[in-house]
Amino acid sequence: MAGTQLPNDPYNIIITGVGGQGNVMASRVLANMLVKKGYYVTIGETFGASQRGGSVMSHLRISKKDTWSPQIPKGKAHMIVALEPTEAIRVLADYGNPDVKVVSNTRPIHPAGVLAGDLAYPALEETKKTARGISSEAWFIDATDEALKLGNPILGNIIMLGALSGLDDLPLDKEDFREVIAKSIPQNKIDINLKAFDLGRELLKQ
Amino acid sequence: MSALLDKKEGAEHLLMGNEAIARGALEAGAKVAAGYPGTPSSEIIESLAGVAKETNMYVEWSVNEKVAMEVAAAASFAELRSLCVMKQNGVNVASDFLLHLAGSGTRGGMVLVPCDDPGALSSINEGESRFFARTVEIPLLEPGDFQEAKDMTKWAFELSEELKQLVMLRSVTRLSHASGNVKFGTLPTEESTARFRCDGFILDPDEGVVISAPVDYKHSQQHEKLKRAKEIFEDSPFNTYEGPDKPELLIITSSACTLYSREAISILGLKDRVGLLKMGTTWPLPPKLLTRYLSLTEKILIVEEVLPFLEENVKVIAAETASEIGIKKFYGKNDDTIPMVGELNPDHVINAIAKILEIDYLPRPEEYSAKTQGLAFFGAPQRELIFCPGCPHRASFWSIHNALELDGRKGFVCGDIGCYTMALLPTGFTTLKTVHAMGSGSGLASGFGKLGQFGLDQPVLAVCGDSTFFHSAIPALINARHHKSDFTLVVLDNSGTAMTGFQPHPGLKVNAMGDNVPDLDIAELCRAMGARVEIRDPFELEETRETLNELMEDKEGLKVLILRQICGLSPEKKAGKKYEMAINEEICLGENCGCNRVCTRIFRCPGLVWDKEKQVTRLDEVICTGCGVCADICPAGAITRKEAV
Repeated sequence: MAGTQLPNDPYNIIITGVGGQGNVMASRVLANMLVKKGYYVTIGETFGASQRGGSVMSHLRISKKDTWSPQIPKGKAHMIVALEPTEAIRVLADYGNPDVKVVSNTRPIHPAGVLAGDLAYPALEETKKTARGISSEAWFIDATDEALKLGNPILGNIIMLGALSGLDDLPLDKEDFREVIAKSIPQNKIDINLKAFDLGRELLKQ
Repeated sequence: MSALLDKKEGAEHLLMGNEAIARGALEAGAKVAAGYPGTPSSEIIESLAGVAKETNMYVEWSVNEKVAMEVAAAASFAELRSLCVMKQNGVNVASDFLLHLAGSGTRGGMVLVPCDDPGALSSINEGESRFFARTVEIPLLEPGDFQEAKDMTKWAFELSEELKQLVMLRSVTRLSHASGNVKFGTLPTEESTARFRCDGFILDPDEGVVISAPVDYKHSQQHEKLKRAKEIFEDSPFNTYEGPDKPELLIITSSACTLYSREAISILGLKDRVGLLKMGTTWPLPPKLLTRYLSLTEKILIVEEVLPFLEENVKVIAAETASEIGIKKFYGKNDDTIPMVGELNPDHVINAIAKILEIDYLPRPEEYSAKTQGLAFFGAPQRELIFCPGCPHRASFWSIHNALELDGRKGFVCGDIGCYTMALLPTGFTTLKTVHAMGSGSGLASGFGKLGQFGLDQPVLAVCGDSTFFHSAIPALINARHHKSDFTLVVLDNSGTAMTGFQPHPGLKVNAMGDNVPDLDIAELCRAMGARVEIRDPFELEETRETLNELMEDKEGLKVLILRQICGLSPEKKAGKKYEMAINEEICLGENCGCNRVCTRIFRCPGLVWDKEKQVTRLDEVICTGCGVCADICPAGAITRKEAV
């Protein structure tokens, strides 16, 4: 992205997924990258169910001017990053609008009801079609599968952040990413995280 | 180095509300901090514990909230600044001491931080701590954003010292667990010395005995302190007004609702019509300031969580000054303009304003909303809460459930507070039949265990976690033993306060600051009470079930079964799998087996997936933690485990 002008102020991102996928970590990394660039960032999170198989959401408000509510008003998301595909649909139903963009992982995590055979889990193609019908643009990325190739499924988050950075809506550069993660992860894990970030950017373009 | 110790004045960091409160305590030079873990409060003590060595603080996870408040008060009596932290219901636990502490007064600045959970996002109540401030008559502060969370915490210590009174600073989930930009002030460099002066004249607040009696004298002193607080609050920079000089509608709000209200005004484009009075000092309310703003308009909307606390207190001032400011029309919780139950958000405030000012508001085009109808149901299957893969509780409740079924006398389990509360749900085979406060499972079981006299012949069980055992199950067990109550307590010992992030407790060899400390043995404590005690590994399903059935058969008094297996989220467990699991798809007969698909339909570990196409159970290697338990539930032997290398 050329300047530091936001497409909207506040710019509203929802990062969604299932407890244990690293939702909180991904939102922290993203927020810290933007604070480094001089923005006010507010993150609202749901913690309680975060490790227990429930749906989780982080609401990020990015602004040049002010601190905003930690909850995005209904129908007012600009970007949805889904670490699990059906979670993108769940969030769109409440927070979507005709202009919203979606970047979603393709790897399903089946709720207990689906594992038990009580509930149906929609086919990926169906989820893609639904998402595209109620967003301005939607990208689907095999983040977990690619992360497994890199040796650790949790890197799926970083691949998703890389993909988000490839959209150029926000000033997200690799150097900020490196500096932010260097504060929270061991030195020997930095290279693999940078690789995952780059991979996300590439996958988005494919 | 932790960002919390950044010495640069004006440095800006992204902090959680809880971290901001911790930084405020550091800037105030707090020396002692104590609390009991509870969402959404836990990160305050955790953050301080993480920097305790560098700042020469003493930080502890106390055995329960009452003791935490006593530990922090001792520091205040010894002229140190101290902080005490808990979730909303913790204040109930501490309230007896709280009442007396408010009466005796404090010396070094002392701040109580309760973090309430509107909407019960991580609670089984949406209790209000603010009423305690009014009930025990101490000043109450409510930060409205992240910067204020830090700044007001620092100020709360100064206020406490000036008044010689405990100050309550109340947070909520959407501040404590939300994050935002915070500009830092300076950290103090001078050291504090502890000294308890107690040989002076009995009524001397600095050198006398610390006590809430003589009550008439101390109570009148307390009221003098509240009067002084009112005067200070009249000029507080934490009470702010934004909006026109003559608004059509005045919103009075506090805490996270400030951000919702500001957003609602902004989205509706009403900055020139609606005024926003944000109160940071909410008890006692400064009457002159309130009267001044109430005079601006006829219509008043009060936006707050959870109960109408501010609303009631504002109405008292409005009634007292009605001859001066006229009759007002109030909107809020009492007239259902704002919901009485659950947490608020910008939409609730938008709807309230739109209703009052008769404005149409549509967040998105109607045809878009029509397209999303039913999507959250059909496009995104519901996610019920479940125990994590590899969770010892799943195995424990499997055995408890099966033991009760085999016993056949309609025995039941009194539940308690922790991750295992979810055993109310299918993930724990709907085993729990009561859940109330910390330790209440054992207290209720102690009562049920005495009802044999009236014909109750069902076996009585209770469960509690290891941290809950220390927190408040112990008095109930002593009661049960002394009164010869018949029940079996199952201690689900997963070696930590797992629900809130694995904080240490008195059963462990390490404390909050990472020091080595003596560990208290649950089995020995129970034996000392005279209970029959057995210890099993819940991953050994058959042995656990057999032991439980035997204990239920034993009619004599108090029995304790300790099921010991470390939490699946602990660093030890996450370090590697114990077993490599495999499912032989040739052996799995699926629906034709006669097992009723026990692994996926009932056991419901997320690592096991029912493959509809192939009609067999599959293993999800990404999810499976290799605990090995499911190999023992498959009657066909299709699931196998081998030691991981």
